[in-house]
Amino acid sequence: MSVVTNTTTIGAIDAPSRRNTELMMMVFAIGISVFAYANVGLAIDGKLPSGMFGYGLGLVLLGGVAHLVVRKFAPYADPLLLPLATLLNGLGLVLIWRLDQSQRLINRAESAWGKFTPDAPKQLMYSAVGVALLVAVLIVLKDHRILQRYTYISMVAALVLLILPMFFPAVNGAKIWVSLGPFSIQPGEFAKIIIAIFFSGYLMVKRDALALASRRFMGLYLPRGRDLGPILVIWALSILILVFETDLGTSLLFFGLFVIMLYVATERTSWIVFGLLMSAAGAVGVATFEPHVQSRVTAWQDPFACYSTDVSGACEQISNAIMSFGSGGTLGTGWGQGHSDLIGFAANADFILSTVGEELGLAGMMAVLLVYGLIVERGVRTALAARDPFGKLLAIGLSGAFAIQVFVVAGGVMGLIPLTGMTMPFLAAGGSSVIANWALIGILIRISDTARRPAPAPAPSSDAEMTQVVRP
Amino acid sequence: MNKPLRRISVFCGILILALLVRTNYLQYVRADELNTRDENRRVRIERYAHERGDIIVDGGKAVTGSKETKDSDFKFKRVWQDGPMWAPVTGYSSQAFDASQLEKLEDGILTGNDDQLFFDRTLSMFTGSKDKQGGNVVTTLNAAAQKAAFTGLGDKKGAVAALDPQTGAILALASTPSYDPSTFAGNSNKDSKAWQALQKDKDKPMLNRALRETYPPGSTFKVVTAAAALENGLYTDIDAKTDSPLPYRLPLTTGNLENEGNIPCENASLREALRMSCNTVFGKISDDLGNQKMIDEAAKFGFNKDVFTPVRATASIYPKDNRPQNAMAGIGQASNRATPLQMAMVASAVANDGKLMQPYMVAERQAPSLDVIYTHEKEQLSQPLSGENAQKLQEMMKTVVETGTGQNAKIPGVTVGGKTGTAQHGLNNSEKPYAWFISYAKTDSGSPVAVAVVVEDSKANRDDVSGGGLAAPIAKAVMKAVIDGKK
Repeated sequence: MSVVTNTTTIGAIDAPSRRNTELMMMVFAIGISVFAYANVGLAIDGKLPSGMFGYGLGLVLLGGVAHLVVRKFAPYADPLLLPLATLLNGLGLVLIWRLDQSQRLINRAESAWGKFTPDAPKQLMYSAVGVALLVAVLIVLKDHRILQRYTYISMVAALVLLILPMFFPAVNGAKIWVSLGPFSIQPGEFAKIIIAIFFSGYLMVKRDALALASRRFMGLYLPRGRDLGPILVIWALSILILVFETDLGTSLLFFGLFVIMLYVATERTSWIVFGLLMSAAGAVGVATFEPHVQSRVTAWQDPFACYSTDVSGACEQISNAIMSFGSGGTLGTGWGQGHSDLIGFAANADFILSTVGEELGLAGMMAVLLVYGLIVERGVRTALAARDPFGKLLAIGLSGAFAIQVFVVAGGVMGLIPLTGMTMPFLAAGGSSVIANWALIGILIRISDTARRPAPAPAPSSDAEMTQVVRP
Repeated sequence: MNKPLRRISVFCGILILALLVRTNYLQYVRADELNTRDENRRVRIERYAHERGDIIVDGGKAVTGSKETKDSDFKFKRVWQDGPMWAPVTGYSSQAFDASQLEKLEDGILTGNDDQLFFDRTLSMFTGSKDKQGGNVVTTLNAAAQKAAFTGLGDKKGAVAALDPQTGAILALASTPSYDPSTFAGNSNKDSKAWQALQKDKDKPMLNRALRETYPPGSTFKVVTAAAALENGLYTDIDAKTDSPLPYRLPLTTGNLENEGNIPCENASLREALRMSCNTVFGKISDDLGNQKMIDEAAKFGFNKDVFTPVRATASIYPKDNRPQNAMAGIGQASNRATPLQMAMVASAVANDGKLMQPYMVAERQAPSLDVIYTHEKEQLSQPLSGENAQKLQEMMKTVVETGTGQNAKIPGVTVGGKTGTAQHGLNNSEKPYAWFISYAKTDSGSPVAVAVVVEDSKANRDDVSGGGLAAPIAKAVMKAVIDGKK
């Protein structure tokens, strides 16, 4: 099994770096996005769109720079992470640009705010910032283990990031924004990376104490308070803050992250049981006093109910999203030819997946979901290959968070679970999300480079000479 | 740490798998259902994205059309010619308020999306005609008869249904007061106001009285009771005396069943009883036959079930009831309810020598290329009475028009048979009665038309309301229009 060779500390001396594979995949990823632009333009206006070359050139530049930096600073990195992220970011740009052309959304924006500003140029700019952050991570962070030093600083930073939005007004029912003049960021997206760093650093140190110095209680192993206490407090604090900010998606994400990392660190299945029990209790508890949650649960149970009874925005959005998916059918209507803009103001953010569903159909949805699945798979593989517990924990934490985020957003939009309001990584319009996810990919690339880098050749020993097998 | 890592990877795999299963479920299993939901605005956008096909009368004249609009969602708007006159046939098709009747039922053909048009669509894909077009729906409606019915009703509240007894083709379907579907076909505030006003109107102009309103049929139902008497062998000779006392006491009660005026109904023959519209004679027949036999005969004429033309007509009701009520139902009162279409079916079955044909209004469906993709085959619904008995009943109905209560329906040179009705309604008969008339015309080549007319409410004095006076002239005009068209 290849996994076995990857986890041994002594790899082959000249392991292939796979940089040329990455280059080819990058060409493929950018090529698909450029073709998608052409397709939208031809479908809507009957001619190649004027923006196609601008966006195409932008993508080539971003992808090219990222690739060159990986080639130089992380030569043994996983060859798929970067192209997969580029493909999603490129497709996301096309989707946002396509929704910018929607007359329905333009009219709606003009009647609501008096003017319409397209989102695609902003998204391209944010993507550039995101790639710049990836480049910075790769250049500055020579070894991911350096992050271990900042365990407690991460803790403070995560809490500050989470508390900040409390002092800013709510947008669309959730206090998750920090606005500074014309810029607004969602600190939650960055907090998920930073809190993963804190969990990894803390758990790496305490994992033995957590796993072994525990009392057995009703078949479960309960660790000592002084070991578990600090992490429990931080986790509970972040969940509480998020609940008060009604940012349910992110609190779910943090909870999942916490349980996954604790389980991996201690190897105790009881944590899963614990986690499930606590999340069930938490969900019921929050649902009883939070009307925002109640309306979402009602809309999830019967997405079409509001057409006959009361009119609440949550239900109309979700039913429209579900009808978008249905109208796409197996092959979709084709780029630019659907009506997913009926969903309204969140069509290019939380609900961007329904445009994929309607215009690219079941085939396109499966492809996009599998691309997300592949990113998670490469992340888990990186965790398996990493040689140090900190790297393993950080890699599994980041890829687990990514997987949960994809599941919560896509599941919410498709009516599988109640809608919670997070963004689809890379696809959705939104600066914080794109920038943070590029940083996440940067860290994964860094860990995978360290994991796959061939170990230095062992010093020649005289014993080796003597025990050498001489083949005939 | 690798064992939990592998488990976590399985968990992540399950998350992605759940999403894949869900998207398959939504986009493959439920796609058709979601795509055709009423809440799905795409259905409406698609309905008006191209020029809709037309609804055609008189075998070639379109009564509908499409007009280009500036609306961002809907490119075309539906328009109607003589909207109020044709509304009971076409229904409406509004960008904001959905569609009804033929416009809704035949939407697939009219938009060109129907599966029956698959071949045409594929063909036009290859021939390169880019603009999708809708097909046409050719109805059986006769424009002259429809006009006679609509102008005959005038400002009175009521309805007319006319059938071709030999085929079941619907020739006229009028309902007043009516509405113009063009006034709310669009998506503007003005359309919305017009719609609201129609919804609030006390006279219910959007109710299709010919198909969807049931009235007590009154004396016109005596035709059915007479048919039941003949079919069950209670009486065989229409000119022989019946066993009918005067006054006739309603069974199990102390009340008498009255006749209008002092007409000589005691032991009157069937022919005389129908001519003068004797309540006592037919009330007793209904009681003699019993509830079940009456229900059976009424059901053969089409009572007690929905009729699809293909637009649904409400089921007419001959009730299951006790003896006195059954006697009253036999003369079209009590809980007996009938739609105008139902009473036209009664007249047409008698005129067509006992065979009741399935009523229909869609003769053909045409593809956008004008190829006919569907033709209605005439179909017999039932045989409520034998040919012999039907001829006896025709004799009786002819007498009604020649020397009885229906003389206003006489047409020179044509044999006309009919029956009047003045149905009481309201508590203790407090409200204005409904004036009914059912009839058929007969020429050498059989009967080309059977009509039912009901006038619900008129400005006439209460005492002047009678089927012969109010409804018969309208029926006559409709029959004349059909016969003149044949010449």
